[in-house]
Parts: sequence; structure tokens; C-alpha cells
Amino acid sequence: MRSYAKHIARRFAQFLLVVFIGINLTYVITHMTPIDPVEQSIAAVTSFGNTSPEAIAMMRQSLRELYGLTGGPFEQYINFWRRIAIADFGPSLSAFPTPVSALIARALPWTIGLLVAATLITWTLGNLLGGLAGYYHDKRSLNVLAVIAIGLHPVPYYIVAFVLLVMFGYVWPLLPIAGGYGMNMEQGFNVPFVLSVLKHSILPALSLMLIGLGGWFLGMRSLVSNVVSEDYVVYAELAGVDRRRILGSYVMRNALVPQVTGLALSLGAIFNGAIITEQVFGYPGIGSLLVSAVYAGDYGLVLGVTTVSIVGVSAAVLIIDLAYPLLDPRVRVA
Amino acid sequence: MLTTLRDLLRYNAQFRIGAILVVSVATMAGLSFVSPYSPIDTFVVAPDMPPSPAHPFGTTSRGQDVFWHLTFAIRNTLAFGIIVAVLSRAFSLTIGLLSGYKGGWTDRVLMSINDTFIVIPLFPILVLFYFVMRDRMSWTALALIMALLGWAYDARLIRSLAMSLKTREFTHTAVFSGMSTREILVREHLPYVMPIVFSTTMNNMNWSIGLEVTLSVLGFTDINAPTIGGMIYWANQHTAMVAGVWWWIAFPVVLIVMLFIGLFLLAVSMNEHIDPRSRLQRMGAGGGT
Repeated sequence: MRSYAKHIARRFAQFLLVVFIGINLTYVITHMTPIDPVEQSIAAVTSFGNTSPEAIAMMRQSLRELYGLTGGPFEQYINFWRRIAIADFGPSLSAFPTPVSALIARALPWTIGLLVAATLITWTLGNLLGGLAGYYHDKRSLNVLAVIAIGLHPVPYYIVAFVLLVMFGYVWPLLPIAGGYGMNMEQGFNVPFVLSVLKHSILPALSLMLIGLGGWFLGMRSLVSNVVSEDYVVYAELAGVDRRRILGSYVMRNALVPQVTGLALSLGAIFNGAIITEQVFGYPGIGSLLVSAVYAGDYGLVLGVTTVSIVGVSAAVLIIDLAYPLLDPRVRVA
Repeated sequence: MLTTLRDLLRYNAQFRIGAILVVSVATMAGLSFVSPYSPIDTFVVAPDMPPSPAHPFGTTSRGQDVFWHLTFAIRNTLAFGIIVAVLSRAFSLTIGLLSGYKGGWTDRVLMSINDTFIVIPLFPILVLFYFVMRDRMSWTALALIMALLGWAYDARLIRSLAMSLKTREFTHTAVFSGMSTREILVREHLPYVMPIVFSTTMNNMNWSIGLEVTLSVLGFTDINAPTIGGMIYWANQHTAMVAGVWWWIAFPVVLIVMLFIGLFLLAVSMNEHIDPRSRLQRMGAGGGT
């Protein structure tokens, strides 16, 4: 039990470190800019029409306070952290006067839903198939699968999503290619709406899965083919234990441990992929929000999405790390 | 080194296919030096022409020859990947070797920072970077920041190798003969990790080029420099798919996918070659995949 507590403490410290370094990185990037973000935002707003000089001066003052550009360097730094701690990024410039945090809160469930569903399916399926391919390494169908996995795995998310978009958008219009649900639909928990959401999520999820599957498949296959030659597996086989049971509880269970660590380590990259995919398919998550915020010149929204992403991904990694001892009893007892 | 290359080419189908793909993409980039058109000029040929003997890959709506424009684009994209890979190798080698050799607190501190950079979602950070840089965003600035952010995963790999090298006899001999830490790392350990550095270079190039393509497709880089992502960006701006100018998008996509698969196959087959266990298994299994 004490070692479990130690495990939790260490993982939690790592979580804090990730958030600390990540937020500092955004601070450095935003404050090392050669361009004044405030002047840039004002230029974006005033370009739409005539604004009186007094109004511009007022806007400049409030924006300076908002982005923590007033006071000394230390004061700025503290203010930056204070705003992030209470998740206050001010009103969005592109969707004035809606607060940035409200926009993010609206978009976040879409991203989390897509990401969790796609990742869970991909990880489970990839490991299962990879385990089978490693254990029965002379099966032809599984080797064909390996070739497909090798071909798809290295292609970046954008390209796969884009090819799917072209295929289902222009060549064979079968599935909806844009949005998160049908147009003019009342949002609510009823059957047609849920069905529409599911249907709209097929393509984004599919493009995430097509890429993700290969990595888990190849990783699991090589792990399993190493475990298979261990003495205890040979012993179990000689003792006449059922092959399926050997694969399930002797081989796969041991090979899964590094794959869970792998999931925690690659979550950041999967998240990158998810927000890119969202943008391609116009999915109403924070990826689309981020890109449209850049086009609209909405500084607060870009900063908000970036910090929320850093905190969110590291929190997800923390959750995986905390569940880790369930799979690997050595952390519990050692 | 040369014999290894010859063996790999002769006995490893994955390596062979990877090498063919990468060499043909590189040849394409090399052709840019004999291009009859300048990459920045537009409307030098008739726009929207389908592939024909005069223009093998057709022409764009901006009046560029797709084939020759593609040679410049792939050259820039490749150069970008190589620069990021070389710079970030320097970080991952230093941190990986030092962390593995020193152990203890140095290791713990370095690896905590390392894991942080693995976990942090880079895409929003790169977008933020573009957002504050705007027009001053250049190709070099992007390469620099990606090198600064993209070393962590490979540093961990190199560290695990360095940890086992540390316990080897020759390291003890080196320590007792009075070599400094720097000398041991550079002269004794570096040659052992070089093979894995080569294979991580390929993966790192895939990573950085993938992100660069994505950023430029969205228009978040210097869109006037010809790159693969930039080509797709302009094609999207001119709604090439709707207008039926499919060759403007299809050829860049095919070329970049060839590069990705080629680099990945090189990395995978080199990894297999380095690890004797999988090499033996491959021979035993009769070369299945």
C-alpha cells in the first residue's frame, strides 16, 4: 500500500511539473513576441469600421490589463498565473462578449467524446490484433494486416483525414463530412439527435483510428513475439494449457504493461491528431475553435485553448498513471 | 557501414522498398535545380491544364506547372525535416547520454523534464507560436522551435542504451584510465548509440514534416515559400477539388505519403537490424513481413 501511495505522489508531482513547464512555455512564447498582441487585436477590431480615438484608448487599457501587460515583469507573471488558475481569459474578441471560458466549455465535450471513444477503440483493437499477430505469427491474414498497418501508421493525421474527406465528400457521398450533428437540429438527449451525432462522428473517429491502430498493432506484435519465447510460456505450452488461455492471461497481460505506459506517453500526440481531424471535418470541438480563433485574431481564445489543452492532456495522463497499478501488481506490493 | 547497407538492401524487403521510395522522392527534390520555372513566379503557364506530355502533372489555377513546383516544394519540405532532425538529435544525444551515464539525481531531474516534453500537446503551442509571430513566422523560426520541442522521445531511448553501456567493462576501463565524463560519452558511448540515432532520425523527420505539412495546410506558416503543405493550402484556397483540378492535390499528397512510408520503413528495418533478437526471429520465420 505504501508503494502505491509513493507511486501516486510521484505521478502527481510529474503532473504538476508538466502543467508548470507547459504554462511557462506559453508565457514565454506570448511575451517574447516582436508584435504587441494588444495593438494587433485592436487593429483587427478597428479594421471593421470607424472607432473613435477615446474608444480605442479604453479598449487598449482593458486589453493591457487582460493580457497582464501592465506592471513590472514579476507582476505580469503572477497575473498570468492568477488568470489561468481561475480559468479567466476574458471575453472572446471574435464572439464578443461571450467569455472565452464559456466557448471552451461548450467545445470541450465534443473533443473529449471523440478522443476517448476513438482512443479506447483503437487501443483495444490494435492490442488485440497485434497480440494475435505476434502469437500466431504464421497466419496470413494477420500478416496482411501488418502490411496495411505499416502503410497507414506513418501518414500524418491531416493527410488521412483529408483523403477520407475527399473520398466521402466528392467520390462517394455516403457519410456527413462536416459538423457535429445535423443542421437545424435541436440539441438534446433524444434518439434522432444522438444518432445524428454518432453518424457525424464516424469519419473523424475513423481517421483517428486508421492512424492509431498501426502503432498499437506493431508495438503489441513485437512485444508478444518477445514474451512468447520466455520460459514460463514454453512451460505452460508443455503443460498443455489451453492456447487461448496462454495468450490471454500469460502473454497478453504481461505485454500490455508497456502498452499502457505507451498510451500515457502518446496521449499528447493523439490529442494533436484529434484537434487537426476536427478542423478538417468541421467538428465543433476545441480544434476547430483554435483554428477559427487564429483566423479571427482572437488572442484570448488561442491562449485559452492552449492552456486548457496542456492541463487537460496532463490530467488524462495522470488518470492513466493512477490506473496503472491495477494492471501491474508489482507497483502495489513491491 | 557499407556492408551493413548492402546486407540490408539484399536481405530486407522493408529496407529495400523504403530506400526506393526515399531515393525517388529525393531525386524529385534534386530535379528542382534544373527547373525551367522559378518557384515564386505565378501565371507562367496556362492555368488548370490536366496532366499532359507538356505538363506531366498538369498545371495549377495559379498558372504553375505542378511537376516543377512540386520539386521545389518537396526540396523545402525535406530540408525542413533534415534541419529539425539534426538539431534535435544534438539535444537528445546530450540529454540521453548524460542522463543514462550519470544516473541518480541528474537522471531523475532530466527525465522529469523529458517526460514533460513528451506529454505536452505541441500542436496548440505551435499554433500559439504562429499566432504571436504572424508575418515574421519564417521557415527557420519554425524549424528552430520544433527542434527545441521534439527531442524528448528519442532522448529516452538513448538513455536506456546509455544505462546498459555504463555497466560494461570498457566503461570501467575508461574511468580508471582517467577519461573525463565528456570524453567517455563522446569517444566511448557515442559510437554505440549511432545506429539508433539514425533510425530515430527517420522517425523524427516524419514527425516534423507531418506537423509542418499540417501547419502550412492551415496557412499557419510562411505560405509564400513553396512546401508540400503550402501547395495543398493554395489548392484549397482555390477550391481545387470542387473545380475538378484534382491533380493539384493528388500529386503532392501521393509524393508526401511516399516519403512518410519510405522513411518509416527505413526506420523500422534499421531498428530490426540493430536488435539481434528480431533479426534472428525474422530469419527463423522465413521472412514473413
